[in-house]
Amino acid sequence: MAISSARLPAVASAGPRPRRAGRLAPYGFVAPFFVLFAAFGLFPLLYTAYVSLHRVELQTADRMDWLGLQNYTRLLEDPFFWNALRNTFTIGVLSTVPQLLMALGLAHLLNYRLRGRTFFRVAMLMPYATSVAAATLVFAQLFGRDYGLINWALGSVGLDPVDWQADTWASQFGVSAIVTWRWTGYNALIYLAGMQAIPADLYESAAVDGASRWQQFRHITVPGLRPTIVFTVVVSTIGATQLFGEPLLYEGNSGGGISHQYQTLGLYMYEQGWSFFHLGRAAAVAWVMFLLIVVLALVNAAVAARRNRTDR
Amino acid sequence: MRPFRSRTTAAALGSTALAAALLLTGCGSGGPASKDTAADAKVTLTVDLFGTFGFKESGLYDEYSKLHPNVTIKQTDTQDEAQYWQALQTKLAGGGGLADVQGLEVGRAASVVQKQADKFTDLKTLGLGGVNDELVPWKGAAVKTADGRVLGAGTDIGPEAICYRTDLFKAAGLPTDRTELAAKWSTWQGYLDLGKTYAGKAEPGNAWTDSAAGMFTAEVGQQKVRYADESGKPVFDTSAAVRTAWTDANRLVADGLSAKLPQWTPEWNKAFTTGKFATLSCPAWMIGYIKGQAGDAGTGKWDIAPGPGKTGNWGGSYLTIPRTAKHPKEAAELVKWLTAKEQQAKLFTKQGSFPSSTGAQAEIKATTDPYFNNAPIGQIFSESAANMPAQVLGTEDGVIGKAFTDALGEVERTATAPDTAWQHAMDNIRKANGN
Repeated sequence: MAISSARLPAVASAGPRPRRAGRLAPYGFVAPFFVLFAAFGLFPLLYTAYVSLHRVELQTADRMDWLGLQNYTRLLEDPFFWNALRNTFTIGVLSTVPQLLMALGLAHLLNYRLRGRTFFRVAMLMPYATSVAAATLVFAQLFGRDYGLINWALGSVGLDPVDWQADTWASQFGVSAIVTWRWTGYNALIYLAGMQAIPADLYESAAVDGASRWQQFRHITVPGLRPTIVFTVVVSTIGATQLFGEPLLYEGNSGGGISHQYQTLGLYMYEQGWSFFHLGRAAAVAWVMFLLIVVLALVNAAVAARRNRTDR
Repeated sequence: MRPFRSRTTAAALGSTALAAALLLTGCGSGGPASKDTAADAKVTLTVDLFGTFGFKESGLYDEYSKLHPNVTIKQTDTQDEAQYWQALQTKLAGGGGLADVQGLEVGRAASVVQKQADKFTDLKTLGLGGVNDELVPWKGAAVKTADGRVLGAGTDIGPEAICYRTDLFKAAGLPTDRTELAAKWSTWQGYLDLGKTYAGKAEPGNAWTDSAAGMFTAEVGQQKVRYADESGKPVFDTSAAVRTAWTDANRLVADGLSAKLPQWTPEWNKAFTTGKFATLSCPAWMIGYIKGQAGDAGTGKWDIAPGPGKTGNWGGSYLTIPRTAKHPKEAAELVKWLTAKEQQAKLFTKQGSFPSSTGAQAEIKATTDPYFNNAPIGQIFSESAANMPAQVLGTEDGVIGKAFTDALGEVERTATAPDTAWQHAMDNIRKANGN
């Protein structure tokens, strides 16, 4: 806004100069986004960086003591931080990998001429439309140790009950199951859209050559979808790094289980800030997460670029 | 009884976001609220509580609204005090979203008095100077600042006993008579021994008690000094009281007497109806909680007997008025009325929350409770309260208590060695304190 309104009078006084105004118009149209971004994105980001260099406690939030980088160095020495980082990684892998593979398979099936195809496609999006809170509460009930449906089913085939909340792998699996359930359909629809851009005659000629559906999938669908796959991998990686709602609501506390066995970075940050009231420390975690995401995005992009080069 | 998770967590998230926004935009405190002075103007008072205070359940709000037709009371409630405290801190920091009356657990009193006295109204300025005069002395002293401000009005205290299921005891061939049981479990060792007898005869999957955490908290609550000493120095890592309770609770787990249910969770709540455990450490306010969870179907199945050590204090609360309260005058009137001895006495007979007012304590001695086989709850809890130590409160009691009960959860649910779990508790306390 600032740019266009500052320049406009000059434009008007210099008489009709449509080319200049025409050049400026796009800035005017994109300005609202950048103004809002500066107010609600950039400013908080920078202010968080500022806070992260101080000791700030929620109970006495008006007092700030300069610490320099101490919050960051203390963070790197904190075993709970490394634990959270490790959990974020394992839960990320446990949820993202099966999620994307299943989405790919589902999209492939939906790409065939099916009766009630629209119904299935809409149904795919239902979990995504469900709120995290609602989904997690239902899953927490399913995974209950004494009265949960899953342990009941295990028991009915003679297996021992699993403590889905206290056990490390079982609890991480539980959290991953919620994430997978919510996002599989969403990714499937993105893949489906990508698949529709692959020319149908490729499949037809492959079929004529006697390629099975599995061979068609491997040799036509997957290569054709590569940019889409890269996109979903990047988005899912970012999502997994920020994982917060599901593990928070899984047992209803920010510790991530009694041994912090499924405490993710997001939860760790929340715990520092809103359970222990160390806002400076929480801000440092937020910045570390931000940098981590930037690095992960760059790595993803580099891998994708390299694959593209080797293919050509 | 009420939806405990979705709403509370959503509220916590909402208030967190709000506080974060306020903090980030650099405006730390909300503006002064409009103070409605007209005597008969319609007023809606908001009351935000945790656990089961029982004001609504025992009909006190209805009664108050009849006495003051212009006042409507709106109550919100979080089951788990740890979550409630977290949300409260967030709102205090942001200065928004606070109710006219906020509940306060005794374990947080020292923290509020020493760190946040400025965020609560001195009740003396609202004409409630004498509000704590009738209480047992330590109760009132715990919410008084060094310069004499009174930040909260005492509601209940938590004298301890043991609640037990007579039907499960009968099925296992154990005595059900209160006096006989009280004699058998006059010590924690006796309680564990009887538990072993029970475990030998009860049906599989039916444990002696709900959790090691419940026993631990009750046992630590019997000592004058537990997590901090009189000078405020933390002694949780060296205190004999904590060590003994820790060892006993671990013995409970080793003997397989715990149902391994984390307290205040849905699983725990459900176990009240299914009868998964036979005994429960029972501070007086637990009576209301049991009635809420077990419902009418539990009538007559439960009973109460004096517990090991015969005394101890677990919990108890205050009502406070935050600085940002919209209707401080009306809130003060409500607080005064709710904590007066008549109402405290009524709350005990209907709900079980034991009065901190000595006047009310004198009135309720003869109370029996039909829900608990007509147990003489007035007598049992009065005796417990009379012998109770004047507990020393530290600023971090809430955090420390949670670290220990979490660690006991690790021992019973993930087979962590007790020594390792103890170390985890120490690490968690250190982390919470920012060291």
